[in-house]
Amino acid sequence: MSILASTRSKWIVLLLGIALLGAASLCSLLFGLERFTLATLWNSFTAFDNSREHLLIQTVRVPATLIAITVGASFAIAGAILQAMTRNPLADSSLLGINSGSSMFIVLAISVLQIDMGTQEVIWVSFIGASVIAIFIMAIGSIGSEGNMPIRITLAGSAVTALASSVTSGVMVYDNFTMDQALFWLTGSVSGRTMAHWMSVAPYVAIGLIIALAMARAINVMAMGNDVAKGLGQRTLFVKFCCLFTVILLAGGSVALAGPIAFIGLMIPHMCRSLVGQDHVWLFPYCAIAGAILLIGADTVSRFILGGEYVPVGVITAFLGVPFLIVIARRKILR
Amino acid sequence: MKYITLRGKSSRFSFQIHARGLIITIIAMLSLFVLSLASISYGSMYIPMKDVFSVLILGVDNPTYEMVVMNLRLPRLLMALMIGASLGVAGLMLQAVIRNPLASPELLGVNGGGSAAAVTFITLTSGSLSIHWLPLVAISGALITAILIYLFAWKDGISPYRLILIGLGISTAAGSITMYMLVAGPSFLATQIITWMTGSVYGLSMDYVWTLLPWFVVFMSLSFFMTRHLNAQVLGDATASSVGQSVERYRLLILFISVALAGSAVGMSGPIAFVGLIAPHIARSLIGPMHGWLIPLSASIGGMLLVGADYIGRLLFQPTEIPAGVFTAVLGAPFFIYLLLQNRKQL
Repeated sequence: MSILASTRSKWIVLLLGIALLGAASLCSLLFGLERFTLATLWNSFTAFDNSREHLLIQTVRVPATLIAITVGASFAIAGAILQAMTRNPLADSSLLGINSGSSMFIVLAISVLQIDMGTQEVIWVSFIGASVIAIFIMAIGSIGSEGNMPIRITLAGSAVTALASSVTSGVMVYDNFTMDQALFWLTGSVSGRTMAHWMSVAPYVAIGLIIALAMARAINVMAMGNDVAKGLGQRTLFVKFCCLFTVILLAGGSVALAGPIAFIGLMIPHMCRSLVGQDHVWLFPYCAIAGAILLIGADTVSRFILGGEYVPVGVITAFLGVPFLIVIARRKILR
Repeated sequence: MKYITLRGKSSRFSFQIHARGLIITIIAMLSLFVLSLASISYGSMYIPMKDVFSVLILGVDNPTYEMVVMNLRLPRLLMALMIGASLGVAGLMLQAVIRNPLASPELLGVNGGGSAAAVTFITLTSGSLSIHWLPLVAISGALITAILIYLFAWKDGISPYRLILIGLGISTAAGSITMYMLVAGPSFLATQIITWMTGSVYGLSMDYVWTLLPWFVVFMSLSFFMTRHLNAQVLGDATASSVGQSVERYRLLILFISVALAGSAVGMSGPIAFVGLIAPHIARSLIGPMHGWLIPLSASIGGMLLVGADYIGRLLFQPTEIPAGVFTAVLGAPFFIYLLLQNRKQL
């Protein structure tokens, strides 16, 4: 089934992936509207002199790169967990409405409670939004026949997305102030945020990533189905709760940081599964690295598409993701 | 009295009218009429009913009232009526042809495609080309999207759920084209496009009414000619072909009319969600699956939904106006979830 059969080949490709991620990060730091040399980059870290170049690198490029890595890895792992949990190849935090749900909560909070974008409160609002939607979707999934659960939750997710995006733009029309703050973030973008934003979200995401890796074996068992997992002695409810908690940390945190970037959680797990198979112990690290590479790549490329004008990276991932969606919808879930 | 029979003197013609269908459709149209009058009369400025009549019918005497009614409220009302009716009928036809209660223009990507085409048009031309092209552009966008979705979903026939899922994907792609245009375009258009993207009849002038009207008339009349074929289509392919219908040809024709109706509507107002889903359901629950009456009834209910949503949006947070699309979504999303749970056995 998977391309990489032996453990050794998996290690080699994983290390290659890390190397590729390093190279991609370097490109993201160096290239863009302004190009820097390696020496300038090095000096900006070791001998920061307040020059324009150094400021640009330290306040624009470095945060964008770190955010792309964090968000790409988080969305990819959140997607992999959701796919295992719901046994639905179409599960992804954007398709299930979790991303747009938390965005709606954030925009509402900014407008109603007058809090600032990028503060600690926004993260908590995002977590609340993600939890509400995730629990709602899971509840819809648990009503009715098991065999049709994938389609049911995907459709419910689409309704949530439609509602959330309507309410979001309604609030933005109502409250012009909110709009200026939120427009760019809402299209899904890793730039325009500062190091402080990243620092405030990073701990939560780190906790999420650690729980995900620690749960990998349990998720393997859970993916075999509820009955089998119970039969093997797993506390299925506890595992599901932990999974949901992780997804909320990862997706909610990423949305607070970079907005509702679509389809990373759909594409990456499928690509990685064809590489390493169903074992989540391998799948999660692969997903994290591949998700990060994808988002850094998309962000770096997006700086060149419009020549000067910046294209939100969410637009690019949406375009990349649609072919995946079509292939999966044609292939699997419909009997 | 279930049917009213009409017969000519020399039996040249003879047909039956379903009494319940007739009565309920008349009631719906009357309510729509009352709602329309109310929406012209009330607002940030109250205009007494008799002045509404005098301005609309007699013309004259009060220039302020005339300005508000003729330039602001009437075009807006007419647009809401046409767009709501188009979406209602488009949804009705889709649900009949796809034979799925969850089918609706937005789920099949028609709204997304039409809007993406319209926004691209607005951004790229920045108002240098006349808005009279807008319906054509939006219909083309909607058609291209629909064809893409149909092709991608085709795999030894069309499965409704595959169609809807792929529609979802293509809508997302269309949505990101719209977003791209929003960011790439001049910033003075951004506010306008954001309002428009929520689905709104705000600020549409008489010019828009005249632009949409011909398309509306043509495709609405075409849909009435499809009555018999819709009745056959809902029975399923086998029965439809055994009563002598060329199933595939009419399915495509009906889909085309439906996409054109929804596409032209959405090109004017932006993607208004869920009207095309709700209106046919209400209509069917009132009179059952008789498409002769369902078409005018869905049209009236669609019109009522949108006129009502626009009306609430105007009054609720005065002086700020909330786009009508917000209210249709707030109403429609729970309804969709309800349908989803209702159909969970087959689902």
